[in-house]
Amino acid sequence: MRVRADQRKCQAYANCILAAPDVFDLDDASGKVVVLEETPTDERRAAVQEAVRNCPTQAITVDAETRHVA
Amino acid sequence: MTARSKRRAVVVGASVAGVSAVEALRDGGFEGDVILVGAEAHMPYDRPPLSKQLLAGAWDTEQVMLRPAARYSELDVELRLGVSATSLDVSARAINLDNGEALRYDRLLIATGANPRLPGFVRPLEGVHLLRTLGEALGLRSALLRRPRVVVIGAGFIGSEVAATARGMGCEVTVLEALASPMAQALGAAVGEKLGRLHSEHGVVVVCNATVAGLVGDGVVEAVQLEDGSRVPADVVIVGTGVSPATAWLEGAGLAVSDGVECDQFCRAAPHVYAAGDVARWAQSTGKSVRVEHWTNAVEQGRHAAHNLIASLHGLTQRPYAPTPYFWSDQHGRKIHFVGWSSSEAEILALDETRIVVLYARDERLCGALTLDAPRALAMLRPLVAREAPLADARATVAAAGPARRPIPMENGVSPQPHRLVG
Ligand SMILES: Cc1cc2nc3c(=O)[nH]c(=O)nc-3n(C[C@H](O)[C@H](O)[C@H](O)COP(=O)(O)OP(=O)(O)OC[C@H]3O[C@@H](n4cnc5c(N)ncnc54)[C@H](O)[C@@H]3O)c2cc1C
Ligand code: SF4
Repeated sequence: MRVRADQRKCQAYANCILAAPDVFDLDDASGKVVVLEETPTDERRAAVQEAVRNCPTQAITVDAETRHVA
Repeated sequence: MTARSKRRAVVVGASVAGVSAVEALRDGGFEGDVILVGAEAHMPYDRPPLSKQLLAGAWDTEQVMLRPAARYSELDVELRLGVSATSLDVSARAINLDNGEALRYDRLLIATGANPRLPGFVRPLEGVHLLRTLGEALGLRSALLRRPRVVVIGAGFIGSEVAATARGMGCEVTVLEALASPMAQALGAAVGEKLGRLHSEHGVVVVCNATVAGLVGDGVVEAVQLEDGSRVPADVVIVGTGVSPATAWLEGAGLAVSDGVECDQFCRAAPHVYAAGDVARWAQSTGKSVRVEHWTNAVEQGRHAAHNLIASLHGLTQRPYAPTPYFWSDQHGRKIHFVGWSSSEAEILALDETRIVVLYARDERLCGALTLDAPRALAMLRPLVAREAPLADARATVAAAGPARRPIPMENGVSPQPHRLVG
């Protein structure tokens, strides 16, 4: 899976960090979301999906194109 | 085959919990008809920005919409907006709508949220505002643009955010709180006092232990009268004294309702009826029942209830709902995050000059944590809250999370806890 975050939509709520701290962070300068790991491993899938749901501004998207068959 | 595709799920309440539930129904492979009934005429919108970006004018109405309009056709959901459910008949598996229609369902999901609680002193005077709906937020915004003298009654989360936003818009703002400190009920007195100080630092006047006796004015509000005889002049009064679950329409339905729709641990209120979000009270494994009024709970519980609803149609095992609740609040440009449950055992730790971590414990075990401008520390504490880790482990985690740590000096000796130095 490939993770993308739209900085224009991000309101720095940090909910994504709470869900998946290994994948997301806030940039110190802009205060906006940064993706630490664009292609996280499968064991992070649930955490990333939680981040997608819990981002109040729908700033995070996940491409299913590279979905691994577990 | 046809019988399956004809199954109908009705979701009542078209906001965070209801929309999340509809998405989860489709994600989970529900192929029957989905009908979403919502009392408000607007497309489903989000509430947190109403006291923040929308009120401040940084966002317009379009930006508070929960989903783009096209999403609902993608989801193949029938929207019934501007229509209220007026009653439920569990045995007939039908709800009645205020347009005279009766809707039958195979499964019902109740997500009617909550409405502001109105204290007895509130009268319909011009200048008196509530804040729950988009219309109310827009009305309040245009009033605030005139730079009125603002009095906020109730220093809970919404009251505190409105006070901060109004102050940011250049208004003179006073917050009246009945308890000894802001947000004391949710977070404890020591933490409330600390957060209350954010207000004073930004020029918001906070009056605690203030009991409101009434509103002064004839047609238009002029002041708030306190029980001690004093008056606080006001052009705009915002009543932020909490909400109660929207369950009036369920009277006589045969469901157990007591400060929320009572559900079992599977979000089930009756065999074919589920509930989620602000309206739902559910049984924890300890037997204690809880209700949570936060955004992420509405999302997660809406989804969870939908998944169990689908499982029930296929005779599959339903999963208990056992979340670690979570919320955030933005005040004066500062970020408050909270995970878990608060308790009277609160320990405040400083990460540096401005950032703090609060550990809530029960019997030396971590039950909750709050951070001010330190979401990363909270992310690290979250799994510890979930497994009720020993407090010592939580302290060690905080010590690993931040640089300099000092105890926070508390004024007036309000803090009931010794301030411990970590690391
Ligand atoms: C101003 C404001 C700021 C907030 N900020 C935060 C925040 O920063 N962080 C946070 O975690 N939470 C915040 N919240 C709380 C959060 O918004 C709520 O927890 C969340 O909206 C609950 O979602 P819900 O879908 O359960 O209920 P609601 O959002 O209350 O939606 C219920 C919907 O059901 C409809 N309805 C009610 N009765 C009927 C009926 N009989 N028939 C049909 N429809 C009906 C209502 O009109 C409403 O649209 C805030 C709330 C407000 C008001
Ligand atoms: S949850 Fe969404 S809005 Fe919040 S920081 Fe992450 S991307 Fe930004």
